[in-house]
Amino acid sequence: MNGEPIIEISGLTKAFSGKTVVDHVDMTVSRGEIVGFLGPNGSGKTTTIRMICGLLKPDSGDGTCLGYDIRTEADRIKLEVGYMTQRFSFYEDLTIRENLDFVARLYGLTPRGDYVDSTLGQLGLTNRRNQLAGTLSGGWKQRLALAACVMHKPQLLLLDEPTAGVDPKARREFWDEIHELAGNGLTVLVSTHYMDEAERCHRIVYIAYGQVVARGTVPEVIADSGLHTFVVKGQSGAALARRLRERPGVDQVASFGNDLHVVGTDERLLEQAVREVIAGTGARAEPDETSLEDVFIRLMGQTADNFDGNGGTEARP
Amino acid sequence: MNAIPNAATPLAGRRRVRLRSFSWSRVMAVMVKETIQMRRDRLTFAMIIGVPILQLVLFGFAINTDPKRLPTAVIIADNGPVGRAIVTGMQVSDYFAVAPEPMGEAAARQMLARGDLNYIVTIPVGFERKLVRHERPQLLVEADATDPAATANALGSLNEIVRSAISHETTGPLASLSPGGLPVDVIVHRLYNPEGITAYNIVPGLLGTILTMTTILMTALALTREVERGTIENLMAMPARPYEIMIGKIVPYIGFGFVQVAVILVAAAVLFAVPMKGPMWLLLTVTLLFIAANVTLGYTFSTIARNQMQAMQMTFFFFLPSILLSGFMFPFRGMPDWAQVIGQVIPLTHYLRVVRGVMLKGGGVPEVANNVWPLLVFWAAVAGIALVRYRRTLD
Repeated sequence: MNGEPIIEISGLTKAFSGKTVVDHVDMTVSRGEIVGFLGPNGSGKTTTIRMICGLLKPDSGDGTCLGYDIRTEADRIKLEVGYMTQRFSFYEDLTIRENLDFVARLYGLTPRGDYVDSTLGQLGLTNRRNQLAGTLSGGWKQRLALAACVMHKPQLLLLDEPTAGVDPKARREFWDEIHELAGNGLTVLVSTHYMDEAERCHRIVYIAYGQVVARGTVPEVIADSGLHTFVVKGQSGAALARRLRERPGVDQVASFGNDLHVVGTDERLLEQAVREVIAGTGARAEPDETSLEDVFIRLMGQTADNFDGNGGTEARP
Repeated sequence: MNAIPNAATPLAGRRRVRLRSFSWSRVMAVMVKETIQMRRDRLTFAMIIGVPILQLVLFGFAINTDPKRLPTAVIIADNGPVGRAIVTGMQVSDYFAVAPEPMGEAAARQMLARGDLNYIVTIPVGFERKLVRHERPQLLVEADATDPAATANALGSLNEIVRSAISHETTGPLASLSPGGLPVDVIVHRLYNPEGITAYNIVPGLLGTILTMTTILMTALALTREVERGTIENLMAMPARPYEIMIGKIVPYIGFGFVQVAVILVAAAVLFAVPMKGPMWLLLTVTLLFIAANVTLGYTFSTIARNQMQAMQMTFFFFLPSILLSGFMFPFRGMPDWAQVIGQVIPLTHYLRVVRGVMLKGGGVPEVANNVWPLLVFWAAVAGIALVRYRRTLD
């Protein structure tokens, strides 16, 4: 974890037509780390990643990627970074092999045939090499994209929501692959919405409305949140949830099947509220571990309030 | 969440929804959506306004199927009053723009070959004397007949001009010359296309027109397709430089253009028997330059257009003046000066002159050189714009 820094950015800021999308983001990623980059839609994850690999120029702030300046040495960064875009952006009217061949030529990999063949083999794409990329299912497209961005043996992998729309089995295999690559010294920054994926990262950085609001290992982030959780089992319908929400000390109520997760910051107040509401309903309540998702929903709510308070244009009732 | 209304109406008590086969509301929904989308697409909107204006201006003012003021040189070997009257008559008729400076025969012929002149009128030695002696002198008119349509009306008016010039000058003692038939022989040499075969003009012209249309369109789609499909982000994240991408995208279409050239040239020779008088290598070299200029322009379009539809519209917007103002459809010299100035910018104008010059007139390097450098300038300019316009980042 304390290897040399691969990504070091500070104060990175970017606005599009007056709207600040990334707001003074600092981040350090060391060699061999898998860092999860989390945040709601439109929080600035993609923009940050694009600035790191030189696809966007920051308005202010600076940083290095693999020791190169992200403002002036984008050409060098591109040679040693594998960037997997959020949307599948290889050529659907080329076959898998032709796509990889194209990438191999762009990076000047020789002998080209060997690179392409071994990449096909490693990712289990050999049998499908002559299939048009456009006819592949989501999982296979994702494998192709990953294959294409690791073929030139990059030092750093930037993955922008790589598993969106991919089934659980393919996701698990994908993550095994990522850990395998990281074990060999590759550094990975991966953005995701999935909490289970966040838990497979060494460290996470959570960004909301362009600002980093939490960072650390998953247990650290949960502990730092200061949240407490009760699970209500049994008679836990929508009416019960509504009544719980109205109580002081209850911040969030979420349904999970027949269970309700009730979350609050003040443990004593929370327990009191839960006990009073379920009294006489036949439901049972017990303390449980706070999940990462609860933490994030809480963080999102907090940042939204700050955001609106700091000159947001939304009318408040 | 607790604001969700109680939507559960028992199925039995529900009012049955009327199923209409036609609904104005649904039509309106599509109409409103379509109008909004059309308005959002600024370029399309500009085209809706721009194309009719462009067409009106071009057709209304620039195009003249009865071309006037065609550049003419007069070689006066006999400077008598009748000769001068004929020259004045030609000028007054508006069909001929006679060069003010007298010019040598060799120089005039070279200009005709280059396409800078449409006519050379020669008043031979002893014209006046022969006229007085009733010896029917000859008046020689050499016309560039590569475009038969451009010369027909002017030549038709020539006899009348000569007749009235003579009748003006032959009052008094010479009045006996004017009655009845024309006392001179007006000899017309239709150079380069003596039989006035339209195909000789059209087929080489089509070579340029088809190349303009297809090569610009193909390359205009090249980059916008990447933008539209999202592959551009990947391309930019990989270590390719703008000029590498530009060259890589342009060269295949140059090859594509040459396939078309081969097809058209074979068809021109086999189906239309269009002569190939000049050197083939020269034609192919200039063709390479012309195609290169066009595909680069197409590439420039694709750096500006945001989607393939816009790229196609831009191509069309360029193609329209190209065929109308280049001298392909209508005689170049017959257009007003401002239209000729615009026409000079268009690559097709210069290419047409080269193709006709080489194929029909047998021109060599000196004859076509004047039309090669404008192509080079055009090419360099659009390539520069493309490289500036190509964004290295997604900003």
